[in-house]
Parts: sequence; C-alpha cells; structure tokens
Amino acid sequence: MVVRSWRHIKERYNLIGVICKNCGTVYFPPREICPKCRRKTKFEEIKLSGRGKVYTYSVVHVAPKDFEKQAPYVIAIIELEEGAKITGQIVDCKPEDVYIGMPVEAVFRRIKEDGDDGVITYGYKFRPIEN
Amino acid sequence: MVGIVGYGAYIPKYRIKVEEIARVWNKDPNAIKNGLLVYEKSVPSLDEDTATIAVEASKNALKRANIDPKDIGAVYVGSESHPYAVKPTATIVAEAIDATPELTAADLEFACKAGTAGIQMCMGLVESGLIKYGLAIGADTAQGAPGDALEYTAAAGGAAYIIGKSDVIAEFNGTYSYTTDTPDFWRREGKPYPRHGGRFTGEPAYFKHVINAAKGLMEKMGTKPEDYDYCVFHQPNGKFYIRVAKILGFKEEQYKVGLLTPYIGNTYSGAVPLGLSNILDNCDGGERILAVSYGSGAGSDAFDITVTDRINKVKDKAPKTAYYLERKEYIDYAIYAKFRRKIKM
Repeated sequence: MVVRSWRHIKERYNLIGVICKNCGTVYFPPREICPKCRRKTKFEEIKLSGRGKVYTYSVVHVAPKDFEKQAPYVIAIIELEEGAKITGQIVDCKPEDVYIGMPVEAVFRRIKEDGDDGVITYGYKFRPIEN
Repeated sequence: MVGIVGYGAYIPKYRIKVEEIARVWNKDPNAIKNGLLVYEKSVPSLDEDTATIAVEASKNALKRANIDPKDIGAVYVGSESHPYAVKPTATIVAEAIDATPELTAADLEFACKAGTAGIQMCMGLVESGLIKYGLAIGADTAQGAPGDALEYTAAAGGAAYIIGKSDVIAEFNGTYSYTTDTPDFWRREGKPYPRHGGRFTGEPAYFKHVINAAKGLMEKMGTKPEDYDYCVFHQPNGKFYIRVAKILGFKEEQYKVGLLTPYIGNTYSGAVPLGLSNILDNCDGGERILAVSYGSGAGSDAFDITVTDRINKVKDKAPKTAYYLERKEYIDYAIYAKFRRKIKM
C-alpha cells in the first residue's frame, strides 16, 4: 500500500502524462509505447492542465469499502484539453447537477487512507468550473 | 526589500450556521451570534484536510507570482491540524506544486499563528540570500469538542504567501513579535479536541499579546494607526477583533475588509493570512497595512506592509478571497458530524 501510493505520487499530484512527439497523442497515466506509432514512439513528459469536460459519468451508490462514507458519489471520465481521457471523482457538486460536457478542473484531495493509523493517499479529483 | 511575490486563498465550500449547532445543544443562537459576532463557519469535506487546503492556496499563490516553482527554496506549513502527527504536511505541498526536491521544508505549530511564523522564517531566509523564494502557508481544519463554545467558530481554510525580493506586490517594512508562556488554549498529545481557559483566553492572552505586538511594531516603525489604510488582526470571533481594533485606535474603514470570521468562522492559522489576502484583493499600490496574528500559548507576530503598484497586475490571476467566501453550500449538523469525523464506527 505505502510503496504503491508512493510510486504514483508524481503523476497523481501533478498530472504528469506523456506526449508522443511522432503523432502528438497525449496519454495519461504515462505508458511505455504509443499504440499508434509502435517502434517510432517518441515520448516526452507533459504536465497536463487539469482542465477538461465530463465525457461520461456514473453515480456510485454501492461503493467499495474505502469509499463507503462518500456514497453516493460521481465517478467520471474527463476529456482533458490536451485530449487524454482520465477517470476521476467529481467533488463540490451534487450527483444530480453533473452533466455530460460539464467543464471541470483538477483539485488536490484525499483519495483514501489505510485505516486510522495508515498512510493517506492524495491525488486529483475534479470540480465544476464556475462562472 | 523583501516582500510578497504572490498570495492565494482557499476556503472549503461547506458551511454550517450557528442556529443549526445551537439547535442540537439547546442554546440560544441569538445570544451566541450577538456575543461572538459569528454567524456561520466553513466545514471541510470528508476528502479535505490541511494538506489539500494548503495545496489549493499555494497553487493560487503561484498563479499570481508567475515564478518557476523549482525556485522555491523553503516550504513551511503552519497549522494545528496537520493530517499526520509525524510526517510533514510541507513535503506533500512541495511535491504537489512541483517544487521538489531542492528545498527545505517543515511543519510549524503555534496554535493560530503558525502561518505568520512561517512568513517570518521565509523573510529571514530570503533577506539573507540563502533562498530565492520561500512559501509560507497558514491552513487549518480546526476542531471544537461537540457542545463546547469553540464548536461555533472552529473552521477550515488557509492562505499561502510566496516571499521574495524581486517583482514584489507588497513590501515588508518591518516585523515585530511579542511572546510569553500563557496557557490559554492547548491540546495534549493523542487528544482529539483542544481545551481552553474560557475567559482567560481574553485579557491576559489575546488582548495582551495583540495590543503589545501592534504597539511594539508601531513604536519600532514610528507610525500611528492613522498611517495605515488597512489593519487585520487574529479573529477567534468577530467581537475580540473589533474590540482590539478599537482599543488600538483603528476605525471601521481600516478594519472591516480584513474581518472574515463572522462568515467563515475562525480558520486558526489561516485567519490572518486569509484576512490579509482579502485586503490585498481590495487595495491599491501605495497603501499600507498593519497585520497582527495571535497564537495561543501565546504570541503575536506583527507586520508593517506597503503594497506596490504591481498588485493590480496580479489580483485577477487567481480566484479572489471573495469568490471563496460567496461559494457556499449549507449543511446540517448530521452531515457536519460526518464530515468532521465526529461519528465513530
């Protein structure tokens, strides 16, 4: 649990993905090979803006153990400005107010904790962009 | 001269009204509202804590500062509600703003004044040339025991300040601190809620330290209350704040912009940093500010600040304090108890 959380800190705290310089496709989380370019893959790290819109979403009523107290909550696929699609929770918003196409931005939140004496995992979630 | 390069605020979205807390404990809400001058307070969501508040405020400060986060040489997070007893909040913040790994970082605790203590530490490091920029944050998710007087005010929020020497939006003309051993409020190791000395938190604690720090600074600078356009003091409630401002000789137009506690409660280490961020949002170049924090235990840090013309270039680069003050959703006591983890399962 500790090492698994720690290994993902860079990408989960700062939304670091990769961009293939050969075809321009952005991937998150980072991967080793661009499926479009295969051996011509030329990856570079890219810091994603965190801004995007809701591509699709689901309201979770029956939650896994670590998330029971938060139910019902919204899990969405967010299409980021850079083109990558990433999964995240929507916060500061009632489930009934979420809609496909809703503009959102990344926020830094607690994701889960390993009991009351274990490590706390932090990372990105998304909230509606107001105004 | 050393000054503020960027600043940013953050307040959680949820609020609970004094009426709702008073309903549960069968108290008269009007007596509390009139007695404390507090109407509602901010409540962090289940997934928010001092680290997440500090990160949001720091990101806003970076938007205004327009610097490379890798140039930040020190991160200090002042709070009395760090998520871990052992394991720094400051490393989480430094990583989340991409300032790591070449920097020093530490958590500070001094009740409600740990944030301003961090500002002073950054001033020293910047002035001496040891670092280019320092980041000082005051943030809290304060807890009051159920039914205790503190439950009406203990709130959540924070603000971050990037301290540097170039492109400052405000200059520190001077700082002065006043500190004694005064046990007016404390929380022992392993205990979930603090205890306090009731009326003892007033005259020998809050008023003595805030007044002496303000007077000490004005004597050092050779200034009088009328030399300042704005003032901000620690604000455990609205009543203490207004009383200390009047005792020191400040007028309503000087103290009203910095007073946020009536609408968000006491954000502890975040209180003076947030009051100051609201003043910076609303002031102009050339204006002068007196800011005095207070931490139980006890001590006060006072700052004499002059805003530069650059303020108008950066104000709108991040959400203003007023945005967070107005962004709110009311919750009842049951949801509040759940969000604040008061229900044990």
